[in-house]
Amino acid sequence: MTGAEIIVEALKKEGVDIIFGYPGGVLLPLCDKLYDSGIKVILVRHEQGAAHAADGYARSSGRVGVCMATSGPGATNLVTGIATAYMDSTPLVAITGQVATHLIGSDAFQEVDITGITRPITKHNYLIKDVKDITRTVKEAFYIAKSGRPGPVLIDLPVDVQRAECKFEYPDEIEIRSYKPTYEGHPLQIERAWKAIKEAKRPLLLVGGGVISSGASEQLRNFVEKTGIPVVFTLMGLGSISGDHPLALGMLGMHGTRYANYAVVESDLLIAVGCRFDDRITGKIETFAPNAKIIHIDIDPSSISKNIVVDIPIVGDAKNILSKLVENAEKLQIEAWIKKIMDWKEKHPLTYEKNGLKPQYIIEQLSGMLPDDAIICTEVGQNQMWTAQYYKFRKPRTLITSGGLGTMGFGFPAAIGAQIANPDKIVIDIAGDGSIQMNIQELATAVYNKLPVKIIILNNRCLGMVRQWQQLFYKKRYAFICLKDAEPDFVKLADAYDAIGYRVDSTEEFDKIIPRVLKEREKPVLVDCWICEEENVFPMVPAGASLDQMLEGLA
Amino acid sequence: MAENNEKGQRAHTIVIAVENKSGVLARIAGLFSARGYNIDSLCVSETEDPSISKMTLTVKGDERILEQIYKQLNKLIDVIKVFDLTEGDFIDRELALVKVKTLNAAARQDIMQIASIFRAKVVDISRQSLTLEVAGKTSKVNAMIEMLKSYGIKEMIKTGKIAMAREFNQKK
Ligand SMILES: Cc1ncc(C[n+]2csc(CCOP(=O)(O)OP(=O)(O)O)c2C)c(N)n1
Repeated sequence: MTGAEIIVEALKKEGVDIIFGYPGGVLLPLCDKLYDSGIKVILVRHEQGAAHAADGYARSSGRVGVCMATSGPGATNLVTGIATAYMDSTPLVAITGQVATHLIGSDAFQEVDITGITRPITKHNYLIKDVKDITRTVKEAFYIAKSGRPGPVLIDLPVDVQRAECKFEYPDEIEIRSYKPTYEGHPLQIERAWKAIKEAKRPLLLVGGGVISSGASEQLRNFVEKTGIPVVFTLMGLGSISGDHPLALGMLGMHGTRYANYAVVESDLLIAVGCRFDDRITGKIETFAPNAKIIHIDIDPSSISKNIVVDIPIVGDAKNILSKLVENAEKLQIEAWIKKIMDWKEKHPLTYEKNGLKPQYIIEQLSGMLPDDAIICTEVGQNQMWTAQYYKFRKPRTLITSGGLGTMGFGFPAAIGAQIANPDKIVIDIAGDGSIQMNIQELATAVYNKLPVKIIILNNRCLGMVRQWQQLFYKKRYAFICLKDAEPDFVKLADAYDAIGYRVDSTEEFDKIIPRVLKEREKPVLVDCWICEEENVFPMVPAGASLDQMLEGLA
Repeated sequence: MAENNEKGQRAHTIVIAVENKSGVLARIAGLFSARGYNIDSLCVSETEDPSISKMTLTVKGDERILEQIYKQLNKLIDVIKVFDLTEGDFIDRELALVKVKTLNAAARQDIMQIASIFRAKVVDISRQSLTLEVAGKTSKVNAMIEMLKSYGIKEMIKTGKIAMAREFNQKK
């Protein structure tokens, strides 16, 4: 077999049936073999879209997403997508074409050192120089991408290696002597954690994306229900248990709910699971959870005591460890604490002024209307934060958002990937009018593949989140945020791609149109919602302030 | 053994066993630069097992930074094992080549004497210079270099430290 045929067979062995990609010179041998291989290749319109779509596919399904691009500019166009996946720990395999091995290092046409470029943004990467190494490399790449703390792996494949011949032998098992993730938590540490939990008066769970990627939602819910410990979520943790749950306090951090942040500040025991204490959730490090002992459960030892020094680290898989903790779980006597939290919840709910078409209203409506398994992707900025605040995510893998890198332009291609992985579910991208223009070309991909992805643009005619910071911290000097002077007509744009477009600027219009939007099963639908230009996301903890120093209200 | 400086920083000698593959050195070096850790010296070579290379690194940092370095190194797929030798008993050596000016016969005599005190070898000679090879602990190598400075060092190169835990009283 040729190297290209070997890759195809190896991908099949790994269960790959979809690749998001874009062709080019040195990728042609592989493209040719994929052409009638039975593996479906989704032709995107920009390689960044391929990486994000593979990422959305992976996040929504729990499977490894696969994307491919040619050498040089094709490969560099993947970079933002790979970095996005890396920061949010999604399992991705990216395959890039490379110039022939004898040309490597000669600045050949469309040559870039993509393994060098992606070294700090991949979990691991490979440049295959010998056709004999393909099978083992593919096997390793998938194993590394999905095991331990998941992440993207890149395979760079020179064109002559794709053409070289070799026998196909696929290993059933592999052993990487230098890579052995820890899944089981240390029993002594688990015991110490239990002791601390039993002694706590004001315990609080802090849940991140690790709970979702390890599939530990059920264990988490059992633990919460048996012990009665309330829960706050990082952006990535939303949906790990239902946002409707009485003990769910929503997101903490910069745009967290007041009650979530107050709970962190007052808690005497923080049980952090699958999160990494990003600065967006901790605020000022020195005053983060000042009264709390911290238990930290994470599969990545390097996440532990990186930003916050913890008292009881437990390295291992969240699902594994939570199920151990559930075994001994008992109801805690923490009524006073719960009452305090419920009082905060009542006194400081999320609110906004209800006049005109408000973004918060749009999200609330969607949250009330959509089935529990609807998948919500977001772009980055205010749209993302309003979604996190006002949408009640009720199931894991229903929020798909670029948390770590904060990549504008992520949501729409990710929604395409999610829709392909979940053809029967409703998939929505909540967008800003800035972000959506970063990968709008993927409308063609969605139309061609008959993907009924819904795009809800919260259109404030500006780069809203930047405008908010400028309003609050830069004396209203609105540098480079105005989009309205050249705002495209999004309805016409949708039409030009043969998608469906609507524009609404009142709650009545929105309410009227939405049922029709949700019913569409064939074509992408774009709803351009003209919201108030000046609406802000509150509460807000200014960067570097403590979590209880929240700015409130008044747009 | 290393001293703590005023910032709680301390020199650590770390030995890393890695897969002997291309690109591994770049991964390690990239990790240090990306995370803002400084490497004081670095030495890489093959071991008794040709599939494994060992790197000896000296780095400075407080406990927390060292712990992060240790964890981040372990996270790299090609890293097989990381040993921080600083806590135990270990042997370390370094080799230097030093080319010193010899302006006159007296200087040449002096330099030869210094060389013999430090058990350095003369490995090259010319009318204007002597080249010495010295091996030993970093402190000894540095002491000799210090002594030679007043004669004028034309050129100098060091291997960086290599280190190995002592066989008896090894921790693991
Ligand atoms: C690729 C990229 N470039 C720049 C930024 C910085 N940034 C963060 S939010 C934001 C504004 C987003 O505007 P828009 O998409 O209209 O969303 P809104 O905040 O108005 O909801 C910008 C520019 C980013 N996150 N990503």
